[in-house]
Amino acid sequence: MTFAEIQAQANLEWEALNNGGRPQITVGTATCGRSAGAMAVVKAFEEELQAKGIDAALVEVGCIGPCYAEPLVNIKKPGWATVSYRNVTAEMAREIVAAFLLGDDPLAKYALGVFGEGEIAGIPNILSTPAFKPQERRVFRNCGTIDPTNINHYIANDGYIGLNKALGMRQEEVVDVMKRSGLRGRGGGGFPAGRKWEAGLKAKGTQKYVVCNADEGDPGAFMDRAVIEGDPHSVLEGMIIAGYTIGADTGYIYVRAEYPLAIRRLERAIQQAHEFGFLGQNILGTNFSFEIRIFPGAGAFVCGESTALTLSIEGKRGMPRVAPRPRTTEVGLYDKPTLLNNVKTFSSAPMIITRGAEWFASVGTEKSTGTAIFALTGKVQNCGLIEVPMGITLRDIIYDIGGGIADGGQFKAVQTGGPSGGCLPESLLDTPIDYDSLDAAGSIMGSGGMVVMDEKTCMVDVARYFLDFTEIESCGQCVPCRLGTKQLLDILKDICSGRGKPEDMDLLYELSHSVHGGSVCGLGQTAANPVLTTLRYFRDEYEAHINDRCCPAKVCKSLISYVIDKEKCVGCTLCAKSCPVQAISGEKKKIHSIDQALCVQCGVCLEKCPKKFSAIACVSPKVKQEES
Amino acid sequence: MEERLQTVLAPYKGKRDMLIPILQQVQAALGYLPDDAMAEIARTTGLPESRVYAVASFYAQFRFTPRGKHTIMVCRGTACHVRGAEKILEETERTLGIVEGETTKDLEYTLETVACIGCCALAPCIMIDEDVEAKLTPKMVSEIITGRNTA
Amino acid sequence: MKKVTLTIDGLQLRADEGSTVLQAALANGLYIPNLCNHPDLVPAGLCRVCVVKVDDWKISISCKLPVKEGMVISTEDPEVQRIRKSTVELLVANHPMTCLTCSRDANCELQRVASYVGITQESLKRYRRSVRQLPIDSSNPFFDIDHSKCVLCGICVRTCDELQNINAIDYVRRGVHTTVGTLGNKPITQSCCESCGECVARCPVAALAPKESPISMREVKSVCTYCGVGCGILLGVRGEKVVGVRGDRDNPVNRGSLCVKGRYGFKFINHPDRLTTPLVRKDGVLVPASWDEALERVAANFSEHKGEQFAALASARITNEDNYLIQKFTRAVMQTNNIDHCARL
Repeated sequence: MTFAEIQAQANLEWEALNNGGRPQITVGTATCGRSAGAMAVVKAFEEELQAKGIDAALVEVGCIGPCYAEPLVNIKKPGWATVSYRNVTAEMAREIVAAFLLGDDPLAKYALGVFGEGEIAGIPNILSTPAFKPQERRVFRNCGTIDPTNINHYIANDGYIGLNKALGMRQEEVVDVMKRSGLRGRGGGGFPAGRKWEAGLKAKGTQKYVVCNADEGDPGAFMDRAVIEGDPHSVLEGMIIAGYTIGADTGYIYVRAEYPLAIRRLERAIQQAHEFGFLGQNILGTNFSFEIRIFPGAGAFVCGESTALTLSIEGKRGMPRVAPRPRTTEVGLYDKPTLLNNVKTFSSAPMIITRGAEWFASVGTEKSTGTAIFALTGKVQNCGLIEVPMGITLRDIIYDIGGGIADGGQFKAVQTGGPSGGCLPESLLDTPIDYDSLDAAGSIMGSGGMVVMDEKTCMVDVARYFLDFTEIESCGQCVPCRLGTKQLLDILKDICSGRGKPEDMDLLYELSHSVHGGSVCGLGQTAANPVLTTLRYFRDEYEAHINDRCCPAKVCKSLISYVIDKEKCVGCTLCAKSCPVQAISGEKKKIHSIDQALCVQCGVCLEKCPKKFSAIACVSPKVKQEES
Repeated sequence: MEERLQTVLAPYKGKRDMLIPILQQVQAALGYLPDDAMAEIARTTGLPESRVYAVASFYAQFRFTPRGKHTIMVCRGTACHVRGAEKILEETERTLGIVEGETTKDLEYTLETVACIGCCALAPCIMIDEDVEAKLTPKMVSEIITGRNTA
Repeated sequence: MKKVTLTIDGLQLRADEGSTVLQAALANGLYIPNLCNHPDLVPAGLCRVCVVKVDDWKISISCKLPVKEGMVISTEDPEVQRIRKSTVELLVANHPMTCLTCSRDANCELQRVASYVGITQESLKRYRRSVRQLPIDSSNPFFDIDHSKCVLCGICVRTCDELQNINAIDYVRRGVHTTVGTLGNKPITQSCCESCGECVARCPVAALAPKESPISMREVKSVCTYCGVGCGILLGVRGEKVVGVRGDRDNPVNRGSLCVKGRYGFKFINHPDRLTTPLVRKDGVLVPASWDEALERVAANFSEHKGEQFAALASARITNEDNYLIQKFTRAVMQTNNIDHCARL
């Protein structure tokens, strides 16, 4: 079949689904949807449609983005705008079928919004809501709208056009388009993708490789998984284009073994791409041949580093190669020239080729073009995946898209870039999102984790948390990272448990700089960023911990006490019954008291004390026994 | 064990660069990586024994002791951390009577922590085998585990 | 070989093209502190102690940095000093403070680096101390493995791999939990280790240390007597006794390497059972005799026997040349092919 015939066939199927006169129900069943109960919803729809004898298409799609609203269901009924329903349960599914598909009541109370043509009274248009208005879906173009297990859905939505077009271009022309697009590596480093592709093309050697880094290891980041689960073909297409461009015949996708669904989706997509002639020998009738293999990573954060990743594919310990060393584009996998990019970088390539470099660069800033993807999580109202034009401010993201701080809390900090990034305070909320501005503020773009913290978050504890992570994930080969992260962690643990010394802040600072300057790879070089930024922006919290033995956020257990307010306690006994260590004594209708020597600061009593009494308080610094 | 091991290893004679997939498959077949199995992997691939263990012990996925029937993984991702993962872990430890990294005496549960299971928007969460339990409170944890045991 | 000119701390020096900055410095008698470097091994660049500043802007380790024409290196730049000092302080804060009873005292690379960098008690006091607590592996009859003293320079792992091709040991686990070990962290004797001791000889600290290592008062140059290879050795002598052996790096045969026998099998030298004179049987009893007496007896007896009545058994512990002579003597003079050699057994 020619590409035009493939397209025609795909369009036919897509048209039949969308305008075939049947209602269409799409359920987001990516990992996030599943953990919120999407599979039960799918089952409920199936049973209900059969029971009621309704002819409707039920399609499972990838992650749409607003995780706070999962499971998310879209219903497209002929003659109506598409309605998006939030937090759908099996019961709601049955109700929706009865009311909307059989009747004409779209059940506005369950709706998140409508999109597409038309309006429905009482339901806002999603794209006009503050949460969606600033967003620009490019990498996520197909996530949540197509069935990721059906290659025809991808083809009908401009899929594989880029590959077809690239195969008709000279390799240098593809490099030129990529360079002009200004796309920078979406793994976090921000190295210009076009220049990397050029280096791959120019590298000498008959055997070259393309490697896709899907070893998404930042705690708090899951964008790559969403792209793979929701639109696997876009990643494959980008890799095939890259293979053609640099002259490689094999590609590897290094994907975390903790992402079983993503691996299944990729396996299926590779099989389909073979069937359609996008992979294998003589792709689309050209002389170009390309294979893609999946490599399930075995659990090591450091393998996100390119040289560690390629060594890991070779079956070795993932210990980054030591500089000075040649670039991966010259000496990479099996010591051959290797082009290694992140999932989102590859996924961006097809649309750049299809729609042109200028179109891509039309959003974003001059030095950071296109869109940025973030996993917006933490103490924010609307958690989820977002895609925004580069240059938008942190404030816009947190307060518009994120809907502000959850549970009426106060904003304290936002953390980007995972363990390599930093915590930025309120004064920097107007920082635009781009590689260079975040770098200047002491954080990094990273691969896209964005965690919002409120006044109940202790910044020393956050620094400790990240160092705990890097200490575990350090490969251990070089001294500054192996022993430096441990030393930083030990000091932070001491500060959190009230054993901090006044000279610790200077030592933290000194060590942070040495670990940065002395470590072999990016993991070590950036490991101290969480310490440096919290020291810089939240120094008062360190001082409170060290000088006053006080944790202002009341998080650090060794510095807090739970106390019962004698004026408010009515002796309901709820706290005493729930205390796991029997530290609370007091008879019914008598004032209770907490034995501080026994208390383990679990906080269950505070949770249990009825709101109307609010007799238990958490205080810091610790109180002595007689005061409580 | 011998037979299952040979079935897994059959296609990999001399394939040194396939070590990680081999380790994954052997672990899937046997539940963990006994020393004898690693020695056999070394013989099959032609790698030194020390190298097989060096690689296996580098990656978090590989286990060297028998595991429980079910694995409970408590997520310690950033989002879970700021939403109280520490307390979830403590409660899980209390309910199971073991600490992180251990297996219950009846070989029913192995308790582990994981850097992030990527359900950050539904924090805090744990993963029991392949199922994710989301938006947890300490109370829910003990209910879920006790509920499973009585079911 | 082509030479390039570079400047280290203001000193202009010539170095072989293709060598590293650290090699160039050491070859010219300049010390740059280093811990994981060994002249026999491919540079690993892991200890980070050999950091220098290149051309006044870039920090790099010198052990993997190729020399370049016109390169300007500073080893005393403030940033270099800061990184180096923290790195060494971190190592010391994680090292047992048992120097006086340690077999490597005064001969320890960590001590050398620490004193060069100039760490002080005052500065060290600020650190949280933690020393790895793992049992000492004393299963090997010749050497002990003490993980608490290991600085993870990897020299032993690389020696076992690059030089010996045995790979008995490798890195185990990762991060701060990294150790050097065998499959399943079993005692070294349960691995394929051949006890050659090459790793022990190269360990910069006392993580790998001979079980007995008295310091010798003098060294005697000799040739190993175990086999025909003829490795050059230096016998460490104390009083009238041989107390240790090390390979002679200047000997072209072995360039410092030794096997388990040559390195550790020297106790026979001072053993009371060792024969120091020939023995001659008189009235059924072996009694000491002079060489002249013994050789006369042998010659007299040999001349009475020829051909099938004679057989010679030679030893692996004499030189190849001597072995050649024995077989020549057996075949040509004694007229028999009855000649064999103990190494065939």
